[in-house]
Amino acid sequence: MRAWPVVKSFLPFVIGFPVFWALEQVVPSAWNLVAVTVFVNIVLAVSLNVVNGFTGQFSLGHAGFMAVGAYTSAKITLALSDVQLGFLPVFWSDQLVFALALLAAMTTAAVAGLLVGMPSLRLRGDYLAIVTLGFGEIIRSIIENSKPLGQATGLSGLPHRTNLVWVGLCALATVVMARRLATSSQGRALFAIREDEVAAEAMGVDTTGYKVRAFVISAAYAGLAGALVSHAIMLCTPRMFTFVRSIEVVVLIVLGGLGSITGSVISAVVLTVGLEALREFQSFRMVSYALLLIVLMLTRPQGLFGTHELWDLKILKRLGRPAAAKEAK
Amino acid sequence: MSANPLEVKNVTMRFGGLKALSEFTLTMAAGELVGMIGPNGAGKTTAFNAITGVYAPSEGDVLVAGERVNGLKPHQICAKGVARTFQNIRLFKQLSALDNVRVACHARCSAGFVDALYQTAHHAEEEARILARAEEYLAVMGLGHRRDELSRNLPYGEQRRLEIARALATGPNVLCLDEPAAGMNTAEKVELMQLIRSIRDRFGIAILVIEHDMKLVMGVSERLIVLDHGVTIAKGKPEEIRKDPKVIEAYLGDAYLEEKHMALPAGGEAK
Amino acid sequence: MTEFLQHLVNGLSVGAIYALIALGYTMVYGVLKLINFAHGDVYMVGAFAGYYLAQVLLGQYDPNATALTVFLQAMLVTTGGMAICGLLGYTIERFAYRPLRHRARLTSLITAIGVSFLLEFGFQLSPWFKHPIEFPPGPSFRVFPTIVPRSQFEWIDQTIGVSISNLDIYGLVMAVVLMLMLQYIVYRTKFGTAMRAVSFDWQTASLMGIPVNRVISWTFVLGSALAAAAGIIQAVSRPKIDPLFGLIPGLKAFVAAVLGGIGNVPGAMVGGLVLGLAEEYVAGYTDSSYRDAIAFSVLILVLLVRPSGLFGRVTAEKV
Repeated sequence: MRAWPVVKSFLPFVIGFPVFWALEQVVPSAWNLVAVTVFVNIVLAVSLNVVNGFTGQFSLGHAGFMAVGAYTSAKITLALSDVQLGFLPVFWSDQLVFALALLAAMTTAAVAGLLVGMPSLRLRGDYLAIVTLGFGEIIRSIIENSKPLGQATGLSGLPHRTNLVWVGLCALATVVMARRLATSSQGRALFAIREDEVAAEAMGVDTTGYKVRAFVISAAYAGLAGALVSHAIMLCTPRMFTFVRSIEVVVLIVLGGLGSITGSVISAVVLTVGLEALREFQSFRMVSYALLLIVLMLTRPQGLFGTHELWDLKILKRLGRPAAAKEAK
Repeated sequence: MSANPLEVKNVTMRFGGLKALSEFTLTMAAGELVGMIGPNGAGKTTAFNAITGVYAPSEGDVLVAGERVNGLKPHQICAKGVARTFQNIRLFKQLSALDNVRVACHARCSAGFVDALYQTAHHAEEEARILARAEEYLAVMGLGHRRDELSRNLPYGEQRRLEIARALATGPNVLCLDEPAAGMNTAEKVELMQLIRSIRDRFGIAILVIEHDMKLVMGVSERLIVLDHGVTIAKGKPEEIRKDPKVIEAYLGDAYLEEKHMALPAGGEAK
Repeated sequence: MTEFLQHLVNGLSVGAIYALIALGYTMVYGVLKLINFAHGDVYMVGAFAGYYLAQVLLGQYDPNATALTVFLQAMLVTTGGMAICGLLGYTIERFAYRPLRHRARLTSLITAIGVSFLLEFGFQLSPWFKHPIEFPPGPSFRVFPTIVPRSQFEWIDQTIGVSISNLDIYGLVMAVVLMLMLQYIVYRTKFGTAMRAVSFDWQTASLMGIPVNRVISWTFVLGSALAAAAGIIQAVSRPKIDPLFGLIPGLKAFVAAVLGGIGNVPGAMVGGLVLGLAEEYVAGYTDSSYRDAIAFSVLILVLLVRPSGLFGRVTAEKV
């Protein structure tokens, strides 16, 4: 039946769910927040890679979209905190509310992405970076001056909904989205825009439209990450979403390799865990981070994986042989 | 009545005070091979850019299949059936040869983001169709064996051929080639000439070629249009152009003599 | 009316600071097409350089010192600070940017961010040694020592109602003098012509015999020296300095450079003053909590309406 492939497309989540559930039981509570942070960083890094790595557009405003998503979800969970949906037991009702909050977060962040992307994406390179940085700061400024959003102190008392199952599934969703995008015609169009925008346009790719779409998708997932973070620490303040946060995500994807999903995942894991291990040396942590950036750019600017993917290496080898055998015949 | 695939009527391009192209007029019927020549800076690439939508004409009209396309974006004009290659090769360097061509199939792909996300059957069908189409065009240009090679690793001549394969994959009715033989040796140029003719024969596409190599462009074109400083100074069959004094004066003079030199056997006396 | 004039005075003062910093951004972007994210931190280092120099070279503050002594002391600290930051700028360019000049611009941008973080967080480390100076200064505020005694112009306050101090005047005068000197260097010296040539087309410039590397190094030195001067001028009138105090002024100065047309030297000066005035007037007449947002709003407005800025060149890509 024609619907079967779509059903099959949910397989990763069916497998992922019990794995993450098991992880949630197994991981000691002291490490829980670190694990959550790792998965959130995967969502952030892979989603930013869609814009910066796939499409080659340098966006520095990711934190702004996180903020939009975080505050949206916070408002919803706070408003519905005492509401029990239908006849569901409390636990499942809470999960459903959280799911709705996450969806809303993605939607509003996507809208923000559209509003920011449409005027900005006419600009190239450095200018785009500056504009997105500026927009990120303006979003934060608006939040800081808005009474319903708690101004500088933000919103607190959010219910603790984020656990390893949620962040795991979200990280999986982001990686799956990115992978399916990369292997599709739309993804190739994004790569083409990155390689040569003029040529892509001449070959029939609606470059502006696709740049905006990439931006919107990326913003939506950033919003998701923001919602997850705020429900992990049960707090939502503007200071959580400064441009330094945006830059931290950029560092993740540059170190991993711009355009490489595998690179983003691995760099998210390594850097989050690494920075956590250096927690003792608070101030040295940032200095070593800075030195790492400089040294890495001087020695290996394409990052760990460049534009390669883990699956490229293995699959090609396996497929290469039977294909070669066919051609020989 | 079916309209001509391309009609350019009195297109003028102004950049600030500079008139790069003056009243450029050209009509191409299906399957015609037209050559555009002129010294550097004559406005040939500007004409291409005006036709393909990179610039909107300051004056005049561009009609594709009878439809006025002034001001449309290049990707829209491409969808209407006009494809091009570039003077300085603009391949997608980090992508493989296959992917370069597959990108060109994108405009004719009916599956969207949602299809890709949920891996629908429609998506799989379109991907298979695009793959087959891309492989076909690679084969036409003799690049089948290079399918997985990164395009920037290809030798120069193959890069030029890949650009043509890519442009063909968009399914055009008009193909604009901007100096396709630049940097090629004589043997490669002869091959290219045959290739251009075979493309026209096989696909019935109208082809507009900008070239500096007189032998090539005169050998391939059914008629020529000559530009100098943005102005069309001559139009007609290659034999007529060769004798046209205006053309010889502006451009052909030295080159024509060089052609004569090349035709003489070694040791023959110069005229 | 008095409010208007007060804002004018304040706006020019703060605008002059932005202008001096913006000049560094614009000159570096002009020759390298690089946004030097670390530049705002050079401003901060300049202020601290002045602070340490004052501690080491000048004795205790003597209220009876002659005007000449005060002037000489101020000049010593300022030129010393400018020299130190000039050296810093040279070092950053030489070791962090030059090796990456032939790489993608994104790489240099990331390195610039790295250098910026290095300066900010490096200066926030607890002191490694205490004599003769405590370095690094650590995260808390330091107070810039008094070199020039502050005296308000009471009579202006009483007649027109505008509060101005001698420090404001000196700062403004100093900034103007420096800008005029830079203007002279850029437009009337051989070096300035070389710098402008490199900013148009460095490859052709190098073919014409211009030592491109040296020009770029000196551009960094000049820009950093100006930022240091700005830091010291600012620190003299507002003595509380800390390692992060270059962050916001740096960003705003960058906006000023973009406003004036990034790469354009007079544009940076005009942009700085305009931004300073805009900030003062808007914050003064509306809600001052939006002060920082004004700079970003200006930025967005400029980039969406006229990305090349007030005086910049519009460059089109040849297809």
